[in-house]
Amino acid sequence: MVSKPFAITLNIGSSLANHTGSWRNERPVYVNRMPPCNNACPAGEDVQGWLYEGEAGNYEQAWRNLTRDNPLPAIMGRICYHPCQTACNRADLDEAVGINSVERFLGDEAIKQGWQFTVTAAPTGKKILIIGSGPSGLSAAYQLALKGHSVTIRESSSAPGGMMRYGIPAYRLPREVLDAEVARIVNMGVAIECNSKVENAEAAFAEGFDAVFLAIGAHLGKRAFIPAGDTARILDAVSVLHMTADGQPPMLGRRVVVYGGGNTALDAARTARRLGAYEAIVVYRRTQEKMPAHEVELKEAIDEGIVMRWLSTISRVDEGTVTIEKMELDEKGNPQPTGQFESLDADSVVLALGQEVDLSVIDGISQVSVDDGVIEVDELLMTGRRGLFAGGDAVPGERTATNAIGHGKHAARAIDSWLQGETFVHAARPEPASYERLNTWYYSDAPKTVRSKLDAARRASNFAEVVQGLDAETAVFEARRCLSCGNCFSCDNCFGVCPDNAVIKLENGKYEINLDYCKGCGICANECPCGAIDMEPERS
Amino acid sequence: MTTPLKFYQVGSFAVGNRLLEEGQLSEQSRPSRTNSLTSGHRACQGCGEALGARYALDAAMAATDGKIVAVNATGCLEVFSTPYPETSWRLPWLHSLFGNAAAVATGVAAALRAQGKSDIRVIAQGGDGGTVDIGFGPLSGMFERNDDVLYICYDNEAYMNTGVQRSGATPPAARTNTTHAVGDNPGASFSQGKNLPVIAMAHGIPYVATASVADLHDLENKVKKAMSFHGARYLHILVPCPLGWGSRSEETIHLARMATESGLFPVFEAEYGEVTSSKKIRRQVAVADYLKPQKRFAHLFGAKGRPDLLEAIQSNANRNISKYNLLDENSVGLKGDNGE
Repeated sequence: MVSKPFAITLNIGSSLANHTGSWRNERPVYVNRMPPCNNACPAGEDVQGWLYEGEAGNYEQAWRNLTRDNPLPAIMGRICYHPCQTACNRADLDEAVGINSVERFLGDEAIKQGWQFTVTAAPTGKKILIIGSGPSGLSAAYQLALKGHSVTIRESSSAPGGMMRYGIPAYRLPREVLDAEVARIVNMGVAIECNSKVENAEAAFAEGFDAVFLAIGAHLGKRAFIPAGDTARILDAVSVLHMTADGQPPMLGRRVVVYGGGNTALDAARTARRLGAYEAIVVYRRTQEKMPAHEVELKEAIDEGIVMRWLSTISRVDEGTVTIEKMELDEKGNPQPTGQFESLDADSVVLALGQEVDLSVIDGISQVSVDDGVIEVDELLMTGRRGLFAGGDAVPGERTATNAIGHGKHAARAIDSWLQGETFVHAARPEPASYERLNTWYYSDAPKTVRSKLDAARRASNFAEVVQGLDAETAVFEARRCLSCGNCFSCDNCFGVCPDNAVIKLENGKYEINLDYCKGCGICANECPCGAIDMEPERS
Repeated sequence: MTTPLKFYQVGSFAVGNRLLEEGQLSEQSRPSRTNSLTSGHRACQGCGEALGARYALDAAMAATDGKIVAVNATGCLEVFSTPYPETSWRLPWLHSLFGNAAAVATGVAAALRAQGKSDIRVIAQGGDGGTVDIGFGPLSGMFERNDDVLYICYDNEAYMNTGVQRSGATPPAARTNTTHAVGDNPGASFSQGKNLPVIAMAHGIPYVATASVADLHDLENKVKKAMSFHGARYLHILVPCPLGWGSRSEETIHLARMATESGLFPVFEAEYGEVTSSKKIRRQVAVADYLKPQKRFAHLFGAKGRPDLLEAIQSNANRNISKYNLLDENSVGLKGDNGE
């Protein structure tokens, strides 16, 4: 007879012997979906991933995750038009997460702490020439240097940065920030040769470079034919911004008219105000809704006293006056002349009608084709000349610094593969993490931390930075507003809500399903805040 | 850093969060939780009662350093947890009859007192049938004598174990196997029902509270608070039943949330017969939104639906909202911009 404790007559077993997993016809599977921020970022930043580190206050790790895709966070935290925030699922709940502010905070923190990039790859012995030191050139140089290649950048201007230095005014991007982030890339061993215009890309191959990346930007201001008197003063916005950046601002006078509707037009008008013009008028032939300039830029410009003249074209420029014609939109939304004219007082006119690419660098390279003023490339950003790649504003696509950084990254990957005799293949994108997949009950409401702005009146008079950054406390608060769409953030919900204790919490903050007991009820998937669990049918 | 930040990605609504401090963690977020009701039990997929029992008993175990004896009435919880020779219980557990859980628990408490074991606490538990109907006499006696027992009722609103028969806690218009959806007044009748939390309060016992499986933090806090009192205490937990309610298994917690957010199931606590607090509605929903996913209310919807009965149920919810003061300035009301 088996000995038992007092009053116990039956053998006791545990229900753990009963494997209820056999009831299941669906099983929960942890997934990683593509969050909308990451999906929208032209540079391909893993936004949710670096915010995850930022939430815990691991700023250096957050910065290191961020800089896998973008080596210029302090710059882009200031000048990016943050398509990530436009796409952010949180906008449907209350307000989009201020991703751009947190990026800037991390970038500034990195400069303050002196964090550097480390190259761990062994030298490959391959030499790559990058023509142009704008965002696409620097991004490509950084990615190629990380892979152990020897990188030289040749820059025609006297200082590196491209449009970040010569197109974007200092009040939007302080030069010490630009200098700091460029210096960090130079510290990786990238050589930047300034005042070194490359006349012909083909010659670089003869010089011994294994691959060449054209990151030449679009620096020629478009001209339009406008009837003008001999003494009329007409400049182009690109030159105005370039000369101002070089410390030799042009004489614009007291009353300036800017012609165009893009960000460059607004930058030129705001720069004119800072150079002493008391009146800066932007003349644009369509309406505010059709304006290509970013809404935030327009608001800041109007706050500074820039005057907008919608539905107007410049028909003639004379000394001291500009004649404009009123326009009206036809049913297709195109502006049509009305025959009504008006005269504005103006000491100078600045044309901001878009930029063109200086294509002289590819003269005589017959394999490279040009379409509509830009260089044609394949999906790996290679031109018709094998080994010659191009990106940024010089190729078709949206002309933003973020897009250029993405081009630099993609070109670097393609170049790296090409140098090894392989073809780069993009990893397949995961399924999108849609708002519908979120269980928003679990997210508490919190407003966006709004960056304080300098007083508009004070701002117009100098080139001090307009938008201020977040401090450490508000940055971590903002990061914690991230919903972590489609990616587990260790909230323990699945672990807690399983009626069968069939979720195992692992040491690393992740979870596993115990399929011996999971009955497949689906509560874990239904109650997952971020939609990181799918229910998949069991195969019998 | 000057002031500590209170805001987390998921506030205090989720089970846990990697960023929470030790003191802010729920018991269920700890790998070291007791798992008082462990895996392998035979509850249906998505059982709210299995979940509610683990939530409550794990919290009680944590509050008493693991010194709990549980007494169980007959019902689903007893049947699915202890088919011979297996048990899912990881604490001392007794089952006697359907109607006598409160009396047995009283006896256990008396025995412990006689042995001077004042640190060992007693919990009695049962479903709504064993509590509001069959075990009501002994329970009322336990209240009246103020015996040192926490009685927990897991309310799934019918006798589910025996095949979904109506109980005194079955809500108006609900279809069960004894209240079919036929005739002029389909489903259960619109009676006063048997509102046991209010009846318990009428006994003037130290602590009475309601909770649901949709708000773990609230539930755990109430169990811990209940364990801080001596004398008779009563906790009434709403536990949706996919089988009896005709709902999808993954909807269990969602339905419990809709029950509280519609006001049909008010979540409150009371001490010595007086209501001391109520949990506010965050995003109010119409009762129809709560009832529609449940097949037991299917006859209220569709072409031959009964909007008049829906309206009567909505007025019950409205009465709760005003009686227990369930809306405050942070609540998004039915006419708000966020009514789901």
